[in-house]
Amino acid sequence: MSAQKLFFAGSGGQGIILMGQMTTYAAMYEGKETTYYPSYGPEMRGGTANCTVVVSDRPISSPLIYDADCVVAMNLPSLLKFERMVKPGGVLLLNTSIISQRPSRADITVHDVPVNELAKELGSARVANMIMLGAIVRSTGVVSRDSILKVMEKTFTGSKAKLIDLNIGAFDFWKPSAQ
Amino acid sequence: MGEKVLMKGNEAFAEAAIRGGCRFYFGYPITPQSEIPEYISRELPKRGGTFLQAESELGAINMAYGASAAGGSVFISSSSPGIALMQEGMSFLCSAEAPLVALNVSRGGPGIGGIQPGQADYFQATRGGGNGDYRIPVFAPSGIQEAVDLIYNAAPLAEKWRNPVMIFADGILGQMMEPVTLPEQRPFDEPQGIRARKPWAITGYGDDDSRKNVVKSLRMQPDDLEAHVEKLFEKYARAERELVAAESVGVEDADIVLVAFGTVARIAKEAVEILAERGISAGLIRPVSLWPFPYGEFDKIGPRTKVVISAELSMGQMIEDVRIGVGKRLPVRLIHRTGGMIPTSLELADRAEAIFKEYIRT
Repeated sequence: MSAQKLFFAGSGGQGIILMGQMTTYAAMYEGKETTYYPSYGPEMRGGTANCTVVVSDRPISSPLIYDADCVVAMNLPSLLKFERMVKPGGVLLLNTSIISQRPSRADITVHDVPVNELAKELGSARVANMIMLGAIVRSTGVVSRDSILKVMEKTFTGSKAKLIDLNIGAFDFWKPSAQ
Repeated sequence: MGEKVLMKGNEAFAEAAIRGGCRFYFGYPITPQSEIPEYISRELPKRGGTFLQAESELGAINMAYGASAAGGSVFISSSSPGIALMQEGMSFLCSAEAPLVALNVSRGGPGIGGIQPGQADYFQATRGGGNGDYRIPVFAPSGIQEAVDLIYNAAPLAEKWRNPVMIFADGILGQMMEPVTLPEQRPFDEPQGIRARKPWAITGYGDDDSRKNVVKSLRMQPDDLEAHVEKLFEKYARAERELVAAESVGVEDADIVLVAFGTVARIAKEAVEILAERGISAGLIRPVSLWPFPYGEFDKIGPRTKVVISAELSMGQMIEDVRIGVGKRLPVRLIHRTGGMIPTSLELADRAEAIFKEYIRT
């Protein structure tokens, strides 16, 4: 595998940083080279948040990227600003719960992921980002499901261990619709 | 050596300083390095060390001076404007030959500037912002593992040279995450060990006046001060030979040679690959020690090279050392972003290609 470059964008509180970090942890558990670089404003919630994750079999030169194999847009400003970053043939994941506008590119694969509706179906609004993470991992193959489960086991410990099943369920919940 | 862990740069820097044997930390929070005092305030007291938040950076550097004079192994960190406030203290520590490990997670300036990454403290770090004749060895890591290794080794280095040692990390390194392997904890100094290893330190002399040590930077007699400064510079001359460090790739047979440090060197490495796809052979010189600067690396540049390009997150500061290294053999040009902006590898490659074309037309 050559380098896979992922870019996560949205607003603070949408789990951008968590999704990026979990992908990075999973890549490390697979023995791959990986870098994670966040960029966000001073606000805890509501400000812009984005992060870049690179996963590779070779040492990674630049942790910053100008094009991406996969862009995750969690809100409309992210779609408008970062759609152009997707490489031709790359993947764009859209949080269609709050993005109604359609992407303009025809040379990329677009997956609709209505995270809020799916989370409601699951009965927990808080797992929206795990649903998106599942969509990212399944549509890019950047890391394996097993590695993500390992990250969850290490993340949710003690009193939070009971949350693992809910999060695995959320991770597995999204299925790509026929295009 | 343990297994790999994923750590944010700032937290890895803090852990490396503790494991390197730094028992005392004095600091004041400033973005983009506030995770360092946060981490150390939590971890260092647990392991028998002291964290103290000063009232300002001025307080922090002078507390560091005092603890170091008493034989303590001290780590301080800050970011550009905070490091600027510490410059007077740096000069004092150098004159008093007090060891210190200092880390600058640098951001854009001048003034308070912004909180995004920058490298415009190159002059401040390598030329010194304090008064008088002094030098500080400065090392610039380009990855978190390298930063961990440099910080871990900085405490014994500072002790050996009896001088502050600075690690110059840009804000990207502070904020990014990479897997790292952490070194073993070096035991902290005990009072008996300090007396043995640092016979100059102020450790108390009881009734024995012959054991009275004085650590100071004041020397009122000009001949005394001159002799002291000459002695310091004999030390710095040795440091210039022994501490110089660089990584060079493909400079012997290159159309152009890029020079970059820190994260910019990583972006430049990717730019080298992009340029290769366009049929342009680019070499890269990455200074690891900024002072002493690796001037000798420029002697490796072969006859094929048309131009040397310094790539920096400043208006061009390292380029002055690059010019000294290159001499009159070749033109030296600059590619820069500043204010917290960072070039992509593509932008760097495009600009390097445009510069190269100027020199093949003529």
